[in-house]
Amino acid sequence: MSSLPLISTAAVSRPIAIAVPDWSTPDFKRLSLFATPKLAGVTSASRLEVRPSPQMVSSGVREIDTLTGGLPRGCLTEVCGPASSGRASILLAALAAATQRQEVCALVDISDSFNPLSAAAAGVDFERLLWVRCGVRLQKSGSPQRHPSTFLRAGSDTKKKENAHREIEKPVEQALRVTDLLLQSGGFGLVIIDLGDTSLKMARRIPLTSWFRFQRAVEHTGTVLFVISQVPCAQTCASLLLKVSGKKLSALSCQLSQETPTHAQLLDGLQIQGELLRSRLERKPVGSVTTAFTTKVRTG
Amino acid sequence: MPFACIFVPDFPVESLVRVEPELRSQSLAVLEGKAPLQKVFAMNENARRAGVSPGMSKLQIEACAGLVFRARSLSQEAAAHATLLDCAQSFSPRVEDLDCDTILLDLAGLQPLFGPLPKIARALARRASDLGLKTSVAVAGNPDTAALAARGFSGVTVIPEGKEAEQLGSLAVEVLFGNLAQDSVQLLETFSRWGIRKLRDLAALPDVALSERVGQAGIHLQKLARGATSRTLVPVEPALVFEEVIELEYPLVLLEPLAFLLGRLLEQLCARLEARALATQELRLDLELQNGYQSDESAEPAFSPSSHGRFSRTLRIPVPLLDWRTFLKLLQLDLKAHPPGAPIVKIRLAVEPVRPRAAQSGLFLPPTPEPEKLELTLARIAGIVGDDKVGSLELLDTHRPEGFRMRRFAPSEPQGLKLFYKSTVNAGLKPCSTVDARNSNARNLNTQKLDAQNIDVQNRDVQNIDAHCDLVTALRIFRPPVDVTVTIQDGRPARITCPKRKEMQGEILWAAGPWRSSGDWWEQEGWARDEWDIAVQGETGIALYRLVRDRIGGRWILEGSYD
Repeated sequence: MSSLPLISTAAVSRPIAIAVPDWSTPDFKRLSLFATPKLAGVTSASRLEVRPSPQMVSSGVREIDTLTGGLPRGCLTEVCGPASSGRASILLAALAAATQRQEVCALVDISDSFNPLSAAAAGVDFERLLWVRCGVRLQKSGSPQRHPSTFLRAGSDTKKKENAHREIEKPVEQALRVTDLLLQSGGFGLVIIDLGDTSLKMARRIPLTSWFRFQRAVEHTGTVLFVISQVPCAQTCASLLLKVSGKKLSALSCQLSQETPTHAQLLDGLQIQGELLRSRLERKPVGSVTTAFTTKVRTG
Repeated sequence: MPFACIFVPDFPVESLVRVEPELRSQSLAVLEGKAPLQKVFAMNENARRAGVSPGMSKLQIEACAGLVFRARSLSQEAAAHATLLDCAQSFSPRVEDLDCDTILLDLAGLQPLFGPLPKIARALARRASDLGLKTSVAVAGNPDTAALAARGFSGVTVIPEGKEAEQLGSLAVEVLFGNLAQDSVQLLETFSRWGIRKLRDLAALPDVALSERVGQAGIHLQKLARGATSRTLVPVEPALVFEEVIELEYPLVLLEPLAFLLGRLLEQLCARLEARALATQELRLDLELQNGYQSDESAEPAFSPSSHGRFSRTLRIPVPLLDWRTFLKLLQLDLKAHPPGAPIVKIRLAVEPVRPRAAQSGLFLPPTPEPEKLELTLARIAGIVGDDKVGSLELLDTHRPEGFRMRRFAPSEPQGLKLFYKSTVNAGLKPCSTVDARNSNARNLNTQKLDAQNIDVQNRDVQNIDAHCDLVTALRIFRPPVDVTVTIQDGRPARITCPKRKEMQGEILWAAGPWRSSGDWWEQEGWARDEWDIAVQGETGIALYRLVRDRIGGRWILEGSYD
């Protein structure tokens, strides 16, 4: 190939002669992209390192562990389903497994619906469980001034607080702030956000940026972020999405007999069907991946 | 045996400058007495050069330009004295409290630890300076010589063995009379009439003649001047009281300056604790409020035309800590949640000393939140949801519904490796390793019925997994319970109606019960109820609820849902 530059700077006023390289010449073929210094650092895509798989821990439910491999650390796992589909049972099982592993856990209970008796029956160690009960909290407005020099107040935002009307802080807003604090604090093995009884309208209003922020906060940590909801809320931020539904109620396996007296009937438990909707941890096979398990009613 | 003496010149002034360091570079005079008869009690060097002397009235010194004056504070002097003691005791266990501004230390045996005597003296001065006190330090072969040298010479002085008389000779005779008692004043006048100005002059006087004229007191003073006294220290064992007090010139109404002052006090307290290798788990904050206000932890501030009101807060931390920034943040969060409600005129901060926490993290133990971070996080969460809405649970010994209480969250340390290993293996996972999802055994993705024997678990206790891993049906509680109207047919609930929660109302497909329970009938708050488990055809499908009838009030409620 000719060594002439493509454009000659000395020939600005003259017609420019452009040499077009002949691509078929052996000289050109000998040129290799990898010999070019600029491209020498490019690594072939096939040699790129695979991101390491997260460590998996037991969810407390054998069938779910078999279906998903457990709950991944450093990722967001979401379990969604309608009422009486077994979500709270899975929540308690995960808590029991985590506390038995001597991990410190936190439950952000948006609807304040956690039942201590069920948790005790499931084997949750309360000493390792931080329960945050969100609820409607009224922010006090400034008290009437009793003295011209007034009482201790917080500087620049004093007037705002003094003149503020009574505001109601929604439980969901509280939950988002509390979750931020817990994830930033670190050291928790399992953090659960219970949106099970939150209305669909409120749950859908949680911005995706919040979920993204939570997912980034737990990334590269040993914390399992576990979300219980009626419908999928975290969307693409969830590494694992499991949908549960009540397959049929154990006590209703017989026909609904009106002759059987009510005091002779007993609720055994729930039969639950779980379906793995998404797993970023492995390639999902074609077709729906499901599992089924039952719960038992235990008296406290 | 070497002894060291730490002396604080102009001690009343230094005690004030310790909490207001910006005053050090100014001319400062300390006044004592009741207005309008206040007189100058002490002053710093700058004020002395400006012409201020002890005994001048306030009116006289007001004419001096650039002079700052403060009222004498006995509480701050006590705090400064305690700080000085802590400083001394961080070096030697044998310390004598000679005076409020003078501390003696026995340095025997400390040279292998801290180095040669000049290095020890400089370290003492530096430590006192770090605690906010400007001191003079002297080291000598006997305690009295060290005390005289510290009072007479500024900075750091080391008197070699045998050179006491020579080094002390240049000091004025007044240095022998520290407390200016009546006898001392007379002796000083006598020496002045004799022309005795320096200690070397006193040391040179003949012993017999001196004793004939002024008695044994004169002989003792002569021995002091010669550096020839010898005595043992009278060690002090002060009570471990860690308290800092600051009185304000004007009432505080804003949180930011209060936090600034609290930070200073906390820094001092933590430094004193650290000097004694201690930590703290309890902080007590007492604020004196401006005239007429009274407040306590539980009540709203109320106005009453009486003397100074008080506001107290106590912070208890589950683990001993020594980070003043963490304490400051906790106090700030607490004061934001519980403001005093009145201007503040005095701050008292005390801590309860305890042994510091000795914890060794294990290599294979699960991670736990750091205590300092956890305390701050809990305080912040309490500020969002309320103090009573965050913590851990404690079940009460009762069958009453909601028989539990919230308590402070304080997780215990995880136990050893063995328990962790066992619990991990029992869960069906390889311990401390990543389970490769693609290679996990017993994965049958196309079946709905799973066989527990397909799980490859190396543990012998695999037969017990079924027993340990039975999934418990959880009951979600409605707080508050949902009031409903129930239609009864043939003695069984047939339909529930709930105007507020329409998703819960509908035809009752199935009912089990009632189960009757009652309790506390011997108390005023007895309870009696009938419980039903019902299945309701709702909008989204069949839902299971617990329906309760209060037999005392006759009310029907939905207590919770099985989920």
